Amino acid sequence: MSTVLERVTKVIVDRLGVDETEVKLEASFRDDLGADSLDVVELVMELEDEFDMEISDEDAENISTVGSAVSYIESKQS
Amino acid sequence: MGKLDGKSAIVTGASRGIGKDIALYLAKEGAKVAVNYSGSKEKAEAVVEEIKALGGEAFAIQANVDQSEDIKELVSATLEQFGSIDILVNNAGITRDNLLMRMKEQEWDDVLNTNLKGVFLCTKAVTRQMMKQRAGRIINITSIVGVSGNPGQANYVAAKAGVIGLTKTSALELASRNITVNSVAPGFITTDMTDALPEEVKTQMLSQIPLAKFGNTEDIAKAVAFLASDDANYITGQTLHVNGGMFM
Repeated sequence: MSTVLERVTKVIVDRLGVDETEVKLEASFRDDLGADSLDVVELVMELEDEFDMEISDEDAENISTVGSAVSYIESKQS
Repeated sequence: MGKLDGKSAIVTGASRGIGKDIALYLAKEGAKVAVNYSGSKEKAEAVVEEIKALGGEAFAIQANVDQSEDIKELVSATLEQFGSIDILVNNAGITRDNLLMRMKEQEWDDVLNTNLKGVFLCTKAVTRQMMKQRAGRIINITSIVGVSGNPGQANYVAAKAGVIGLTKTSALELASRNITVNSVAPGFITTDMTDALPEEVKTQMLSQIPLAKFGNTEDIAKAVAFLASDDANYITGQTLHVNGGMFM
C-alpha cells in the first residue's frame, strides 16, 4: 500500500509533467512546479478522484503546496 | 450521418420554444440529449418521445437552473446516462417585463437568477467533466436586446448582456482545456406569442428587418448545432447574431 505522499506525488507528476525529485513537501504548485491557477484546480479534482473524497472550494484554496495537500488528505482520512 | 454523432448534450429549458427545437435539432444531428425542464414535465416528455421516434436517445429531467443542488443532479444524471457531457446549451430563460420605474425587486431577481446565475451554475457544473475530457462546447442563448437594449426589459436585457460577458470570460478561462464557449443572439423569432400580435404591429416590426421576415426557432437551433460541431473548432468567445440583419 502506497503512502499518501507517494500517491499525491504520482498525481502531480502525471498532471504537471515534472520530475519526481522536484516534488518536495515544501514545493509550491504555482511557484516551484510551474502550475497555473487552472492546473491547481485540476490537480485538486484529481486528488478528489484518487482519494475518493470531496474537497470544498474553501479547503481547496488552502492547498497550495505538496505538503498542504498531503496533510489535508491525511487529516481527512484519520 | 449527423454533425454530432456520438456526442451527448444538455439543453436547459428544452420543453418548449427555442429550447425544444434546439434539443430536436441536436438529436437530428446525432446527439444524445438531456431534455431539462423546470415545470412542464409532460411537454418535456413529449420532446423526448419525438427524439426517440426519430431513432435518437434522450431523457427528460427536472431541474431549476438557479438551484445549484438541482444542477449537480442534472449533471450527474446525464453522466450516468450518457457517460460524457460534450455539449451544454444554456437556454432556460424567463421574462418579467415592466418599465424600470414599475419594476419590482422580485421581478429583477427572478430574471437575473434564472437567466444569468443559471448560466453560471450550469457552466460551473459541467466544466469539471469537460476539463477531464479535454473537450467541450458551451453555447449560451443571449438576445439581440442584450446588445441593443429594449424598453420594458431592464432585467432581461441586463441578464442577457451579462451572459455575453460571462461567455467571453468562460471562453478565456477554459480555452487551454479545449472547451469553447460561445453565445447565440436571436433577433425576432416566430413563436406562439408573436403569432398573436396584430397585423399592423407585425408589419411595423418587419419593416425593421432587412431580410423582411421573422426568424424561426430552427434558425436558432441550426446556429447552435454549428457552434457545437467540429466545424466550429476555432471559434470561441463569440456572439453569433441570428436576426435577419435587424441589428449589426
